[in-house]
Amino acid sequence: MLNILNSILVEGLIYAIMVLGVYITYKILDFPDLSVDGTFPLGAAITAILIINDVNPYLTLLVSFLIGAFAGMITGIIHVKLKVRDLLAGIIMMTALYTVNLRIAGKANVAFFSKDTIFTKNFLTSFFAEGSEKVIRLVLIIIIILLLKLMLDAYLRTRSGYLLRAVGDNKTLVTTLGKDMGFVKIVGLSLANGLAALAGSVYAQKQGFFDITMGTGMVVIGLASVIIGINVFQSFHFVKATTAVIIGSILYKGCVALAIGIGLGANDLKLVTAVLFLVILVFTQEKRRKVNKNA
Amino acid sequence: MLELNQISKYYNPGTINETCLFNHFNLTIQDGEFVSVVGSNGSGKTSMLNIICGSIPIEQGQIILDEKNITNLKEYKRQQIIGRVYQNPSMGTCPNMTILENMSIADNKGKPFNLMPGTNKKRIDFYKENLKKLNLGLEDKLEVKVGSLSGGQRQAMALLMSTLTPIRFLILDEHTAALDPKTAEIIMELTDKIVSEKKLTTIMVTHNLRYAVEYGNRLIMMHQGEAIVDKARSEKANIKVEDILDRFNQISIECGN
Repeated sequence: MLNILNSILVEGLIYAIMVLGVYITYKILDFPDLSVDGTFPLGAAITAILIINDVNPYLTLLVSFLIGAFAGMITGIIHVKLKVRDLLAGIIMMTALYTVNLRIAGKANVAFFSKDTIFTKNFLTSFFAEGSEKVIRLVLIIIIILLLKLMLDAYLRTRSGYLLRAVGDNKTLVTTLGKDMGFVKIVGLSLANGLAALAGSVYAQKQGFFDITMGTGMVVIGLASVIIGINVFQSFHFVKATTAVIIGSILYKGCVALAIGIGLGANDLKLVTAVLFLVILVFTQEKRRKVNKNA
Repeated sequence: MLELNQISKYYNPGTINETCLFNHFNLTIQDGEFVSVVGSNGSGKTSMLNIICGSIPIEQGQIILDEKNITNLKEYKRQQIIGRVYQNPSMGTCPNMTILENMSIADNKGKPFNLMPGTNKKRIDFYKENLKKLNLGLEDKLEVKVGSLSGGQRQAMALLMSTLTPIRFLILDEHTAALDPKTAEIIMELTDKIVSEKKLTTIMVTHNLRYAVEYGNRLIMMHQGEAIVDKARSEKANIKVEDILDRFNQISIECGN
């Protein structure tokens, strides 16, 4: 039981890194960004190759973030400068990245079980008794996600962060303020996809391998987590949206684990993911309609 | 000084629906002028504002500001020196941001949007002071989201935000049209106060003939892409609502409706 809880928390929190990114694009910028399906495995592919070549595991996190941000920037440029619709820009990028990821990794599946990752050797080992690897893994991920959340919160309070929020809120005002809305969108997409690639990097290090299919359904997971988080906590104003979506990610992972637990196999995972997303969408819409009627 | 030189603007160019709105249209606006623009729907009032702001492209002509040609300058770059208030009160503010955050982004206009704190705490008193002038009690609601304010309150904020930083021009695009008569009156008085206090060069499009006559020091009536009435200073001061209304009726008869 504890083991299941641990793995739900670990996976939920790793996905939460990407969910923070989806929160930026979907909730703040109002941009349904599909490139996440490609940038998550992009981070994993880069990490696999770097770790096999004995690069410091922490450095791979940074490299993954930067290359993911670069990919997000291209999605943004396709949308803003070439004037391609938001969904299509994401689809183009996601499809292109499939090949890019294969090229980077060299093949569809790359394992690096015997190599050092951020989870095998770290500063936390000395604080815990031997044999508590799983606890250490969880603590490390909690530290990572907390750091990222605080950094994102801090960013959203800067001038640049204000402008990012304004783009999602009222595009006209941004132009009236004499700022290029397109540029702000590109910044937001870079940040989001950087986080997605970072999540991919952490995920690959936890698994010990890269797999070309590991990004499939990332958008759905991300959107579902954001929507659950925001809806569950919408009446609690003291809970920040960034906290809400992280908890949303854990809740979502818990729901999927529950569905698998009651007898569905691992092969049903994507179907469960999709159906659950549908249920969440319908449920949250229903709630909103009722509120409107009463108002 | 702002000059519109020989502006031509077509809608749906090259198609069977091609319509010519402006044909070699000229207009000069001097510094310190408060221009009221009236005219029926489709007469080119809002298009003129959009052309000045760069929101729509033109086929021919030049827009010259202080002897600099800004015809090809991008919209967001022109807006750096222009303040604009729209008809729709929700277009001038960010509904999901608080009053304080809205004031802060407005205050950052013309400055780089970098990683400095979004709200400068030292400026809060300045924001409160400005909000107090609106007489709406907003200065005590700094942490309230603007989305929960009424249309009139939002429009007052939009007006304040667009004039918070030094601007070259204030553009008012039927900014009282969506408000109830009493609120419209308050916003109009507020506009006049801000414009005269800051000595802003202003162009105001309105459907309210009384406002057009009462406020400002120049009046333009647009019809089919031309300024058919253009009175400034003393001539403008002698104009009455009835005169304008007569002219309006004349136009309508000419058009057959």
